[in-house]
Amino acid sequence: MKTARYCGALVAITLLASACGDDKKASGGEALKAIGDGEKALNLIVWAGYAEDGSTLPDYDWVHPFQDQTGCVVKSKIAATSDEMFQLMSTNQYDGVSASGDSSVRLIDAGLVAPVNTALIKNYADLSPFLKDQKYNSRDGKNYGIPHGWGANYLMWRTDVVASPPDSWSVVFDKTSPYAGKVTAYDAPIYIADAALYLKTAQPDLGIDDPYSLNQKQFDAAVALLKDQHSIIGEYWNDYTKTQSAFEQGSTVIGTTWQVIKNLATTNGAPLETVVPKEGSTGWSDTWMISSKAAHPNCMYMWMDYITSPKVQAQVAYYFGEAPANPKACAEIATLYSDTTHCDVFKATDESFAKSISFWATPRKSCLNGKGNDCVPFVDWIKAWTEIKG
Amino acid sequence: MQFTRRVRMLFGGMTGLVLAFLYVPLLIIAVLSFNTVSSLSWPPKGFTLKWWQSAMHSTGARDALIVSLKTAAGATAIALVLGLLAALAVHRFTFFGRESLNLMIVLPIALPGIVTGIALNAAFRQAGFEFGLLTLIIAHATFCIVVLYNTMLARFRRLSPNLEEASADLGAHTFQTFRYVTFPLLRTALLAGGLLAFGLSFDEIVVTTFTSGAGLETLPIWIFRNLSRGEQQPIDTVVATVVMLLSVIPVWIAQRLTSGDGPLTGGTR
Amino acid sequence: MTSTIVTPSPGPSSPGQSASRWFHRHPRARLVSLIGAPAAWMLVLYIGSLASLFLTSLYRLNDDGSGIQKVIGAQNYRTLIDKSVYLDVAVRTVKIAVIVTLVDMVLALPIAFFIAKVVGTRWRRLLVAAVLVPLWASYLVKAFSWRAIIGSPGGVLDRTFGVSPNYGEVGLIVVLAYLWLPYMIVPIYSGLERLPDSLLDASSDLGAHFGFTFRRVVLPLLLPSIVAGSVFTFSLSLGDYIAVDLVGGKTQVIGSVVFDNFSADLPFAAAFAVVPVIVMVAYILGIRRTGALDNL
Repeated sequence: MKTARYCGALVAITLLASACGDDKKASGGEALKAIGDGEKALNLIVWAGYAEDGSTLPDYDWVHPFQDQTGCVVKSKIAATSDEMFQLMSTNQYDGVSASGDSSVRLIDAGLVAPVNTALIKNYADLSPFLKDQKYNSRDGKNYGIPHGWGANYLMWRTDVVASPPDSWSVVFDKTSPYAGKVTAYDAPIYIADAALYLKTAQPDLGIDDPYSLNQKQFDAAVALLKDQHSIIGEYWNDYTKTQSAFEQGSTVIGTTWQVIKNLATTNGAPLETVVPKEGSTGWSDTWMISSKAAHPNCMYMWMDYITSPKVQAQVAYYFGEAPANPKACAEIATLYSDTTHCDVFKATDESFAKSISFWATPRKSCLNGKGNDCVPFVDWIKAWTEIKG
Repeated sequence: MQFTRRVRMLFGGMTGLVLAFLYVPLLIIAVLSFNTVSSLSWPPKGFTLKWWQSAMHSTGARDALIVSLKTAAGATAIALVLGLLAALAVHRFTFFGRESLNLMIVLPIALPGIVTGIALNAAFRQAGFEFGLLTLIIAHATFCIVVLYNTMLARFRRLSPNLEEASADLGAHTFQTFRYVTFPLLRTALLAGGLLAFGLSFDEIVVTTFTSGAGLETLPIWIFRNLSRGEQQPIDTVVATVVMLLSVIPVWIAQRLTSGDGPLTGGTR
Repeated sequence: MTSTIVTPSPGPSSPGQSASRWFHRHPRARLVSLIGAPAAWMLVLYIGSLASLFLTSLYRLNDDGSGIQKVIGAQNYRTLIDKSVYLDVAVRTVKIAVIVTLVDMVLALPIAFFIAKVVGTRWRRLLVAAVLVPLWASYLVKAFSWRAIIGSPGGVLDRTFGVSPNYGEVGLIVVLAYLWLPYMIVPIYSGLERLPDSLLDASSDLGAHFGFTFRRVVLPLLLPSIVAGSVFTFSLSLGDYIAVDLVGGKTQVIGSVVFDNFSADLPFAAAFAVVPVIVMVAYILGIRRTGALDNL
């Protein structure tokens, strides 16, 4: 009947339309030569807490002063995971993103971000040198982003349950753990690197060097370890308030956390301690990157300069709970919030500490540490993670 | 119908238990909104009004509320028109594909939200649409249509066809009949169905996550954002309590409108 | 008494009249004008997006995860079949959905019956409103507060009764049953309202005691309504990932796998999303006979 034919045609057209589409990989593009006039708008993808405009807590607002100063009206989309950030950037509807290492590498590879002309960013010179020109924010001598802040993934435990302070990750990988059912781990495929980092010391004959560059044998060993760990896990988390409430309640007593969780949970009365175990820790170092198809590049550069200025860095680092990229922020934190210990607690200026952290980076076939072309790509990490969780 | 005292007490008791089951968590939410501790944990450690004060002054909450209201209103309006048209067609005609159409309209609410969400997300991206209020309203309207459609169909089944025939006999043409005879009889069902669709859209989070754009927050998204921050989770309990208390009004109105009918569908007696 | 009979004047007709006459002569046009907009909306927007999703499920991610290769192949489906974990997750999710539905049925029947048949009109309106109001409390806040309720140690249940399901499958079932309960109560209540009291009277007049009447008269007639309610609870449980994350402990369900993969590997997420679609479509087609679809 006619209606059926019309329906069929409609569906066919839709299918055709979806099949066609831009297949060309976006090229990275060129870095800006000079900052021109602001375009009156800026679309950002951010981690929760990175672009506060007073709507969560009125005291924390660094977006409105930016808007007043530059005329760029900021619209921010909060992403929950690095994967989501990558996916949002691929829509080409945003000007910039605060990318962690496990999305920044992918963004560079996919040509979704443009090189950054760091000479245009006044505050760049002040930023901690150990954050510059890293493998997660630069490629072939070209710089792809401005460091924002960083932090480590600590081992945390409740001091009223765990008798002797642990100094090794083995305590969360031990299948016979006395804390079975009360252990937590970070809920993302990138956590496989934590297992690899542990095995680097625990099983040295596997020859693991960089936990993000794993060959199949090393990868399988890490996955096997995590499958064993699954039996003692109570909850996985990627929403940090979930594990914060669990530690406060006592339903979780030991596992991977961020410093901000310890701070908040301790304020709420939980007896907690953290440590970077002897095998080392993974961590995250966030970079502001600009889209290769940015509609408002001038505003983005203005933002990158603004967000790395000492006062704003102080606000962000204090609010979010991380080490600021700009050490000048430490003095500002003391002034603004009467807190002289923030940078010490977060080890913001401790270069050797930062160097000991294995910051998140997206694994790819051509190994990130440059030692070969047979590393397990991230696609397989994702599949493995589903299998680990069972 | 007379029931024995035993039956009355048995069913009354079970009803009481179920109502307690439904409301105790809501009471806990309300109590936690006064808790001094910033995370949602039990037992409450103190009493404070600061979250209520914070919520009242929160521009974020107000903006999110406005976005939610706009979305729900837009989605309900579209769903009203499309649902009514579809119900009219299905009720009055038998045609090829009638069952398929019925199935198609039901799908958005029968399929899990995450499927609808990622399907629409992928489709909008393919078509090159920018995510914003429009995509949000379109997405919400799609799963609201079925609510209005069912409400209308149920009401049509209740109505006697003689009324419209009589109107035509008296000389009214189709549109006049609709305007002066059919529509007034539909009004209460439209309102009840509209209220339900509005409510569905208002609290929806899954499809919304996949179809809203930069900086566009509905109330559930704003609530989610606050739950992800450790410093002001209780502000969400305030918002939830307020919305719940205010919702008594539309729920009660819908009840009075359709009393004698089913609470939502307009009844099919 | 005089009566005025209105006769349509044969003179110039209003546009409404001409349109009406035209439509009367062309019933098919009438149908199309009614069905056109909704059908087009649903077909293009919804069915079209589902088709597009299915097409995406046939693509694959390129190796460094930086983009989608638009090359058609069944590799995602092969992975779903080869690796046992996906079947485990699907079976587990369906199992949870079924249990939640059954629990809600058991909880909903007595309260729906009480409201529809036992109490008077005034109480009826109040109780129905009381059942509907919890639907307006934010789903997120409700799920998050259940964290505080079932957590062990330290949750409300643990502190009050000393025993608590904690985060896991059991806790998840309790919470999902809680969240969707009103969606089950309402269709059953509507169905009961439509059940004539005379049937119940007749049954007792014929000598049946209440239990018999309930089992042999009421329940069979309620079947369409119960099944209608089950569509909601089943579908909502099948696709949920937010409540699962908050109270399910380390339980992994279909929704979690789809959501986790959505950003990182869209084609695979699309492929796995096809599973609940098949389940729900099969379920809906299966229940058509019971007449449940008219009671949604």
